[in-house]
Amino acid sequence: MNVLHFVVSFLGDGAHWQGYDGIPTRLAEHIRYSLLALALAAAVGLPAGLLTGHYGRGGTALALIATAGRALPSFGLLVLMFLLLGFGTVPVMIPLVLLAVPPILVTTYEALRSVDPPLVDAARGMGMGEARILLQVELPVALPLILGGLRSAAVQIVSTATIAAYVSLGGLGRYIVDGLYQRDYEKVAGGAALVAGLALVTLAVFWAVGRAVVSPGVRRGG
Amino acid sequence: MNGFFDIPSDLQHSWFGLIGLHLREALLPVLAGLVAALPLAQLCVRFRWLYPPVLSLTTVLYAVPSLAFFVVLIDYTGQSELTVMIPLAVYSLVVLVPAVVDGVRSVPPETLAAATAMGFGPVRRYVQVQLPIAVPAIIAGLRVATVSSISLVSVGMLIGNQGALGNLLHAATVYHRPELAVNSVVTTAALAVLADGALVLLRLLLTPWMPRGARRRTPRAARPDATAPAPKEAGR
Repeated sequence: MNVLHFVVSFLGDGAHWQGYDGIPTRLAEHIRYSLLALALAAAVGLPAGLLTGHYGRGGTALALIATAGRALPSFGLLVLMFLLLGFGTVPVMIPLVLLAVPPILVTTYEALRSVDPPLVDAARGMGMGEARILLQVELPVALPLILGGLRSAAVQIVSTATIAAYVSLGGLGRYIVDGLYQRDYEKVAGGAALVAGLALVTLAVFWAVGRAVVSPGVRRGG
Repeated sequence: MNGFFDIPSDLQHSWFGLIGLHLREALLPVLAGLVAALPLAQLCVRFRWLYPPVLSLTTVLYAVPSLAFFVVLIDYTGQSELTVMIPLAVYSLVVLVPAVVDGVRSVPPETLAAATAMGFGPVRRYVQVQLPIAVPAIIAGLRVATVSSISLVSVGMLIGNQGALGNLLHAATVYHRPELAVNSVVTTAALAVLADGALVLLRLLLTPWMPRGARRRTPRAARPDATAPAPKEAGR
């Protein structure tokens, strides 16, 4: 008996592919939570990172935020929010967003700082305004690094949304948490495989997005 | 808050006992990761073609959610501390390999040439020249690995109360005592911040030649200067 055997028999059972506890439902839930959290975190982190990076201000504050973001025990926060606020999406979204903002914010800042200064000077010399410099010069050049920040945020969200099953969130983590309680190792292993698969798909999606949106010149250069 | 330090007896540990357990479960894997990362990184520096595949592999491994990693290991190591520590060691390794490689590669070629000219053999050159110069980058990696390891130990609670301070979260839920969850979150975060501070201090002690109070140089920021004379290295 090994894990692979459990995974195969879990995925091979037709009963696991339908109903409210079926794999499609749980997968859709997981993706929905993850996308919502990523969108909220990006809505906060990207503009803030772009502005601080463009003007080069607030590096020290951002270093602090980066450390604080990493030090934050997201699982503990998840349980705490659940105990204080009760059931629902909001108590889960708070830790997920708090977890995802620092990598997005800090990487975006660092990405803009790493843009070659002569490029920005040339753009300014050509008469570009600040907004055009930011959007047409700095953003495209910094895009690979910015996407890297979004990617690590997304991976962490997918991972933490799994743990959120402990506080009654749906999603693929349900199989692991329920399976552990029910001593149904087949379910646990199947859930773990699905979650790991989803994380790898997340990586692949970001790789594909990177191929599609990063300008070929920037990609070749670095 | 009332009963903040009143730890339920079924956890079988005092507050300090939980802290000790937490530190052990978090720091031993980081140490193991560092011990494994140093030779692996040296291989990547020595054989340049090895680095891109290793980098992709580490990205993939790092993406695997901790809970999935834990439960897959249950089949082999049971619901034990080891099951928590193995994934944490892997995550540390994955963070440290690029940090060490960046650090060792940031040593200027002139410095290496000078060391060779002074009669340093490869081993002595590595230990006395390359490693000390790589210390800032290695410590930067260690900070990330340590802090996230401390935070992730709590997840071990889900596999049969192996989460040290994270076990307080379970106690908080079943006894409905939110103050225990506050205790867990605050203590874990404080441990992480203290460990981070200790590593910063260690870097200051190990790199007395670096200018004090100057802006922090992250490995990535340090890269362009270090690799400026050799543009072909900029590709990544």
